[in-house]
Amino acid sequence: MIWFILRRAGAASIVLFLASVMIFLGIRALPGDPAVAMAGEEATPEAVAAIRAQYGLDQPLPVQYADYVTQTLTGNLGRSTQDKLPVADILAQRLPVTLELAAIAIVIAVTIGLLAGIVAAVQSGRFFDYVANAIGLVGLSVPHFWLGLLAILLFSVTLRWLPASGYVPFSEDPAGNLQRMLLPAVVLGTGFAAALMRQTRSAMLGALTADYVRTARSKGLSERKVVAVHALRNSLTTVVTVLGLQLGVLISGAVVTEQIFVIPGFGKLTVDAVLTRNYPVIQAVVLVVVVGYVLINLLVDIAYAALNPRIRFGGGADG
Amino acid sequence: MTGARTAPNGDGPLLDITGLAVDFDTEDGVVHAVKGVDLSLGAGEILALCGESGCGKSVTAMSIPGLLPRGARISGSVKLEGRELTTLPARALRDVRGKEISMVFQEPMTSLNPSFTVGYQLGEVLRRHEGMSRGQARARSVELLDLVGIPAPDRRIKEYPHQLSGGMRQRVMIAIAVACSPKVLIADEPTTALDVTIQAGVLDVFRDLRDRLGTAIILITHDLSVVADIADRAIVMYAGRAVEQAPVTELFARPRHPYTMGLMKALPAAVTAAGVGERPRLAEIPGMVPTPMTDPDECAFQPRCPRAEPDCTASRPILEKAVSESPADGHTVACFHPLEGEGR
Ligand SMILES: Nc1ncnc2c1ncn2[C@@H]1O[C@H](COP(=O)(O)OP(=O)(O)OP(=O)(O)O)[C@@H](O)[C@H]1O
Ligand SMILES: [Mg+2]
Repeated sequence: MIWFILRRAGAASIVLFLASVMIFLGIRALPGDPAVAMAGEEATPEAVAAIRAQYGLDQPLPVQYADYVTQTLTGNLGRSTQDKLPVADILAQRLPVTLELAAIAIVIAVTIGLLAGIVAAVQSGRFFDYVANAIGLVGLSVPHFWLGLLAILLFSVTLRWLPASGYVPFSEDPAGNLQRMLLPAVVLGTGFAAALMRQTRSAMLGALTADYVRTARSKGLSERKVVAVHALRNSLTTVVTVLGLQLGVLISGAVVTEQIFVIPGFGKLTVDAVLTRNYPVIQAVVLVVVVGYVLINLLVDIAYAALNPRIRFGGGADG
Repeated sequence: MTGARTAPNGDGPLLDITGLAVDFDTEDGVVHAVKGVDLSLGAGEILALCGESGCGKSVTAMSIPGLLPRGARISGSVKLEGRELTTLPARALRDVRGKEISMVFQEPMTSLNPSFTVGYQLGEVLRRHEGMSRGQARARSVELLDLVGIPAPDRRIKEYPHQLSGGMRQRVMIAIAVACSPKVLIADEPTTALDVTIQAGVLDVFRDLRDRLGTAIILITHDLSVVADIADRAIVMYAGRAVEQAPVTELFARPRHPYTMGLMKALPAAVTAAGVGERPRLAEIPGMVPTPMTDPDECAFQPRCPRAEPDCTASRPILEKAVSESPADGHTVACFHPLEGEGR
């Protein structure tokens, strides 16, 4: 298992290295002088020259790359072209907001998706199964922005249960924070829950007709144990896979959701940075997304192995 | 050790199955897998169930503890010590499963859960029915694995099914099935994946269980040498019905049904009621097994039967005493023109 983790971690660092090279080259491959781009279009030639010197853009590319990596690793991500604040500080402020939103969305999605999927499989062909499937299909196909608007109209405007938008830090007002996060998290988690429900259902359907489930029944185990221990355990790999795949959707969903609910998170930062051509911020945003992706995939792989003794003890190159 | 002995309480056999029929609703129509089987089993009796592939042996076996898949429709009666199992509430049936009736399934490769250790899967049934703690169950599991001839059992219980060979998995299944000293053990081809020496060991485990605790065993097998070796009585099934039933010595000495005769024909002479030969398999009989989708009112074997007469298509023969003076638990056969017991 330790070997397995080390191997996967090694693979992940290679991916990170390649990604950093691409980000590094990407920003330099942009049309025009990157120094001009970074300084902003109305910058004076002196400012551009200052930028060029500051970023070492007059150095050869490998030197620039080494410099970029050291700067990044020491937390220096440059300064935003808009408000001249250090990008690292901006990220430190924005990321937790999005992470909280995503975490709540994932908790909601996993709880609902997993439970509904299990019940739908156990009740397959009956009323609950049909209802869950229908809702799941809708949940999968409705875009975030539409669902968000609908949710605001219903819960905030018509029913006045929850605030329509805005953000309070958790440290200042926990209840108010959760109140404002609930609706966007539900909107963000809906598609996730639907995907999870469908995958869990089909994995459980397969598991429930497996020979080992029949064996479990032949031992006189309760149906609850048969479902929750024997069948579910073998379906969890599916859940973890879906979790990994859906995180990409979650990131793009976060961008839209934060925009609709006016939440000052990472997604909103991304949109604003793109709209204002704030290259240092964009560069950092891409880096964060890539690192996040690689780390999450690493975690998914490890979880997958932890759930699957054939991978844990198999020792094969691909697990 | 012949004949259906009665249950300890003396009022009837341990297991009594009458008119058991199982249909499956499938996309292609209704499959009549079992069409009316009567079977009784005494305490301590070892009953062999034989017949070609698809004749309904496994379905019959699985319907006893109610383990058929959802699409199955069962009719008839299954009584354990006089208690009807087919209508038993789920909770009560679960107390029977694994404790009073246990099963070894035909599929050794897939019958263990890939996500749990052997020790967990074995200990589970002990904790469920014997009220053992984890530690007790663990100690007992090691003993059980040793009993079924698995080397280094204290190491094996920590392993996962994929680390075990097919034969090893089959023995783990057997260990699970015998763990709680069941009254009835149903073993579906329990020795197919095993080589001859290990097979002999497993049969010894069965014999020991029977001798020590009076466990009755239904043994499904293609292997007539196993039947001759261990069974007291045998039932030959064809197309979802029993066509012949007799004590094993009697059946091997004087098969009455042309189908049984066909099964035995290619056997080496070494296999007699007493002897065990070179693991002969059931012989191939020319012709096709009838489809389980229809059930015409005629002898199902008649299209393949060398002794068929016109009356074989007029109605269906029922299982009757082969010889009028045979004892009550003697030889029965479902045939209009049975062999006269001239032997082979
Ligand atoms: N779940 C099911 N759905 C539909 N038909 C089934 C199902 N299970 C069994 N059958 C059918 O019932 C009949 C009897 O099957 P069964 O498994 O009892 O045969 P068997 O005597 O055990 O054969 P084998 O020696 O190959 O194990 C076969 O025609 C089979 O196709
Ligand atoms: Mg079978």
